[in-house]
Amino acid sequence: MEVNFDVHAVRQDFPILGTQVHGKPLVYLDNAATSQKPQAVIDSLVHFYTRYNANVHRGIYTISEQATAAYEEARAKVARFINAPSPECIIFVRNTTEAINLVRYAWGSDNVGADDEILISEMEHHSNLVPWQLLAQEQGADLRFLRVNNEGRLMLDGFDVLITEKTRLIAVTHVSNVLGTVNPVKGIVKKAHKYGALVLLDAAQSVPHMPVDVQDIDCDFLAFSGHKMMGPTGVGVLYAKPHLLKSMRPFMGGGSMIRKVMLTESTWADVPQKFEAGTPNIADVIALGAAVDYLSELGMESVREHELQITQYALDKLREVSGIKLFGPWELQTRAGVISFVLDGVHPHDIAQILDSEAVAVRAGHHCCQPLMRRFNVPATARASFYVYTTEQEVDALVQGLHKAQRIFGHAVERSL
Amino acid sequence: MQLNDLYKEIILDHYESPHNRGRPPHADIEAEGSNPLCGDDVEVYVALDGECLKEVHFDGSGCAISLAAASMMTEVLQGKSREEVRQISDQFKAMMHGEDVALPEELEDLESLKGVANFPLRVKCALLPWVTLEHGLANEDAGQRVSIEVE
Repeated sequence: MEVNFDVHAVRQDFPILGTQVHGKPLVYLDNAATSQKPQAVIDSLVHFYTRYNANVHRGIYTISEQATAAYEEARAKVARFINAPSPECIIFVRNTTEAINLVRYAWGSDNVGADDEILISEMEHHSNLVPWQLLAQEQGADLRFLRVNNEGRLMLDGFDVLITEKTRLIAVTHVSNVLGTVNPVKGIVKKAHKYGALVLLDAAQSVPHMPVDVQDIDCDFLAFSGHKMMGPTGVGVLYAKPHLLKSMRPFMGGGSMIRKVMLTESTWADVPQKFEAGTPNIADVIALGAAVDYLSELGMESVREHELQITQYALDKLREVSGIKLFGPWELQTRAGVISFVLDGVHPHDIAQILDSEAVAVRAGHHCCQPLMRRFNVPATARASFYVYTTEQEVDALVQGLHKAQRIFGHAVERSL
Repeated sequence: MQLNDLYKEIILDHYESPHNRGRPPHADIEAEGSNPLCGDDVEVYVALDGECLKEVHFDGSGCAISLAAASMMTEVLQGKSREEVRQISDQFKAMMHGEDVALPEELEDLESLKGVANFPLRVKCALLPWVTLEHGLANEDAGQRVSIEVE
C-alpha cells in the first residue's frame, strides 16, 4: 500500500500549520481531540454565509433552495463516505456524545427493560459510558464490561460469558482514544447478532482516520464527530440501520420533525427529519461535506497508510527515550495514530507544559477515560495523536521536547542525590 | 511566559525531595483534595495543639506544581495559629490570582510559586493543597476524613 499524497503539499492546505507559537512553528499533535481544518472547509463556511445563507426545508426562494440542496448533498456525501445504504440513514447531531445520547433515549427507553443487559468495555470514552449508566439506572438494567488486557486489547475470550440472551446492546469503541487500539468490531457484531443484541460503535477515532464501511461491519448504530475529521465543531453524525430509525421514537420535539401538529398530539416527519428538530447547523453540516470531499480526494486507504507509517516512526523513536512507558498494542496493524505514554519522574502535566514551550501541542490528563486510567494504575497520561499532515520532523520535535523535560527534571534529581 | 518562571529550582527541589510527606501516625484533621480533571490527588494531615497547627503533613500524587506547593505549605504552616494560617492562605491565593503580595521573609519559599500566576491552567495545581487544608479546617467537627473536589 502506498501513500498517494505528499504530506508537505497537504500541509499547505492547512493555514494554521504555517503559524507559530512562542516564536516556533506549531507542532500539532492533539488530533484525537480535534483536527485542524483545510482552507476548503474554512472557505465553505465563508461561502455559505456570504452567498446563500438561508434556512433549509422551507423557503420557496432561490437561496433557501440552494441551502437545502447543499445541506442534503452533505448528507449524501457522508452516507457515501461510510457506505451507508442511503442518505436517510444519516442523522446530523452536534457531536458523537449527542449521537450516543440520541440512541439512549430514542431507542434505549423502549428496548432496554428491567434485568436486560448492556455490554460495554473498560476502554470507553465517558461519552460511551455515562449515557449507558444513566439508561441502566433508569430502566433497572445491568451494565456489564469487557475488560482490557495489559497490552490494551479487549479481552474477548470473556465475551461468551458476558453476552447472554438478555443482552440488548453492545456499545463499544472502534478505536480507543487513549490506547490507539483498533478493536475487531466485525467479529463483535457477528457474535452480538447471534444473541439478538444490537451494536453501537463509537467511531469518533476511526471514521476520520481509516476506511469505514458500515454495511461491511454490519453495525446497527455508528456515531462520530465532524470536528475530528477536518470539519467544523458542532456537527456530529449518527448512522443507524433504516428499519431502526423508522421504529424509534423521536429524540427532541419541535419544528421540522413533525408532519401534523394538533393541540394535544402530533405525528412525525419521515426519517431523517424525525430526528432533526429545529433549525439544524446548516453551515457546519455543509462544511463537513467539504471535509468529506477533501478526505475522499486524499483517499482513506492512503490516510490510514500515512498514519501507520508515522505511528511506526514515532513508536521507534519514543522507545529510545529512557524511562518512557508506552501504552497500547505492540502490533502496528491493530493500532491507530494515538500514543499515550508516561515518563519516569515527570508528571504528564509537566510534560505537556514543557512541550508547549517548544510549540508542541499534546494532551495530558485522563482523556475522558477515568476507568481506563485506573485499569492501568496511572492518574493521567500524556498523549500524542497524528493525522494526515503529521511529519517525521514533528515527531522528532516531540522527542526533543521530552529530552528537554528530562533535562529540567533530571537536574533536580541529580542535585538531590 | 517563561518556563523558568514555572520550574524554578526550589520548586523542583521540593518536588524531588518533598518535606513532611507521608501519613503521620496521628492526625486530628484529615482532608483529601482531588482534581478529577487532571487526576491530581493530595491528602493533608494536621495535628493540633489548641489553636495551633502543631504538625502538618501531606501525601498524594500529582504534578510538580501541586506537590511542590503541598511540600512548601506544610513547611511554612508548622506551629502557626489558625489565624496566621488564614492570613497566609489568603495571601497565597491573592498571589496566585496575580496580585502583588509582599510576603514576609519566612515565607519566601512560597514566593517561588509566584510565576504560576502566569500559567492560568496551573493555578489550580498550586492551590489544591491549600484548598484541601482549608476544607479540612472548616470541617474539623466531622471527626473523620473529609474530601473535596476542585476543578
